[in-house]
Amino acid sequence: MSAPKKMRVDLALIAAMVAPGSRVLDIGCSEGTLIEHLFREKKCDARGLEIDMQTVTRAIGHGVPVMQGDADADLAAYPDGAFDYVILSRTLQAVEKPREVLAQMLRISTHAIVSFPNFGHWTLRLQLLLTGRMPMTANWSRMWYETPNIHPCTIRDFFALCDQDRYIVEEWLAADEEGARTPWRRSRALANLFGEQGLFLLRKA
Amino acid sequence: MDQSTAQSETQHQSVTFPQGLALDCGRHLREVTVAYRSYGTLNAAKSNAILICHALTGDQYVAETNPETGRPGWWERVVGPGRPVDTSKYFVICANVLGGCMGSTGPRSPHEDDPRRPWGTDFPPVTIHDMVRAQKLLVEHLGIARLFAVVGGSMGGMQTLSWATQFPGMVFAAVPVAAAYYHSAQNIAFHEIGRQAIAADPFFYGGRYWAEGVTPERGLAVARMTAHITYVSEVALTRKFGRKLQDAAELSSLGDRFEVESYLQYQGSSFVRRFDANSYLTITRAMDLFDLAADYGGVLANAFKGTKTRFLLVSFSSDWLFPTAQSRTIARALNHVAANVSFVEVQSDKGHDAFLLEEPDFHRSLGGFLSGCAEHAGLK
Repeated sequence: MSAPKKMRVDLALIAAMVAPGSRVLDIGCSEGTLIEHLFREKKCDARGLEIDMQTVTRAIGHGVPVMQGDADADLAAYPDGAFDYVILSRTLQAVEKPREVLAQMLRISTHAIVSFPNFGHWTLRLQLLLTGRMPMTANWSRMWYETPNIHPCTIRDFFALCDQDRYIVEEWLAADEEGARTPWRRSRALANLFGEQGLFLLRKA
Repeated sequence: MDQSTAQSETQHQSVTFPQGLALDCGRHLREVTVAYRSYGTLNAAKSNAILICHALTGDQYVAETNPETGRPGWWERVVGPGRPVDTSKYFVICANVLGGCMGSTGPRSPHEDDPRRPWGTDFPPVTIHDMVRAQKLLVEHLGIARLFAVVGGSMGGMQTLSWATQFPGMVFAAVPVAAAYYHSAQNIAFHEIGRQAIAADPFFYGGRYWAEGVTPERGLAVARMTAHITYVSEVALTRKFGRKLQDAAELSSLGDRFEVESYLQYQGSSFVRRFDANSYLTITRAMDLFDLAADYGGVLANAFKGTKTRFLLVSFSSDWLFPTAQSRTIARALNHVAANVSFVEVQSDKGHDAFLLEEPDFHRSLGGFLSGCAEHAGLK
């Protein structure tokens, strides 16, 4: 494996949620920075799933176990309870069937860690209100007709889905663009207005 | 010309096992010889050994000049100092397969009932699993209790899968490249054309060509030509030859020959100088018989139940002989048992042969995977 690189702040927040020595699957793992970190710092048995073939090649070339595949199609192949944590960071909004993917995650794993860009952020609300056009920000930077983010949701939407499908939110937080923790933890409404990203640790009821 | 005499003059490094080998067909070979080559140094803990498994017409000369053809080793791009399979770090072994014609027991070896003549067509049918059991004898003979890795392409990938399922405890990491877990009807069909071409050669003599002092060169060449087409992609053939003519700028008579024709004929004729027809029949049959799922009640995942082996599966996008779908199915079966599996399809237009050629993405993946595994295995 190559020398450890500096990790994105949101990945550091995710890593902090993972217990040492656990079995982890990182969906949309990119080049495997988090996997490498979890192996080196937490002695986890961590692997990845990544949709982009070139990225997979680079990850494997770094010595990280990664399989080419995608969340919608490939989770079904894993057995129940194969992992302690399955991670889906900044990808939920881009999958075909988010609800099904979440269900699969909590079938194959005890915990699911999910992060997503929050469509309820005030800048997005304001842009839509003032311009009447689909908002464009750093997180939402592609035009509506070419964005891969086909299933945007807000932090409150996500809470609602967890209630509906009876997932227990063990931990949650809102983060800013860089992924640093933001202070609106006690109020979902404020987090939904000011948090650029939502980060959730879930388990089945 | 008697090729078999000329070929058998080369002395191959080998070990003979007097205990013989029990075969899947129920027969027992009274003794079995395994010819092999090794590169690099086995460490004191004997924990850095990598076994390379060769393809249908490959041999043990993986990383050095082949003594019979004078050509470079067939995988020198992959195996050697500083290469993805780094012989300055790992002890690399490659054995000629059971049934082969480069020193291991095969149809050209002395018949066990009458050593004055070769086995010929009396040689019992062997399977990929049998080949692996013969390799296991060698590995144990070398004092190696566990292989750090088994790596192989095409039929070598089948052997790699066989290793990982027959002897999972002996394989820390497995890399089946451009491989398949069963030989498809299409693959069998192409093999059958080759076998029929050999059988139709008047010099075949029902497999007793050795007694007549001849070889079925025409048939063997046609078999090789057919097979060769399956190893390359349409794009690669077009790029290399298109509709170019051999000795003319444009088609002037219907007798003109296309370049691709003479290329194939060259492939065929260079092959007959180094390969035994009965070995070709034996080994193609072994590949056809391979069906790992069938060995485990029709469920491929069962073959890997409880495996601790780390896998890397590599396929090539233009390989239509062992297509990506095969590798992906193996990867999913490994997911099914929550095995540690990496899988990548390398973008290449070179077809099945890509695994032997210059493919930087493949080489980087293989090298990185092995270094990652070395770290997990605690190899320095």
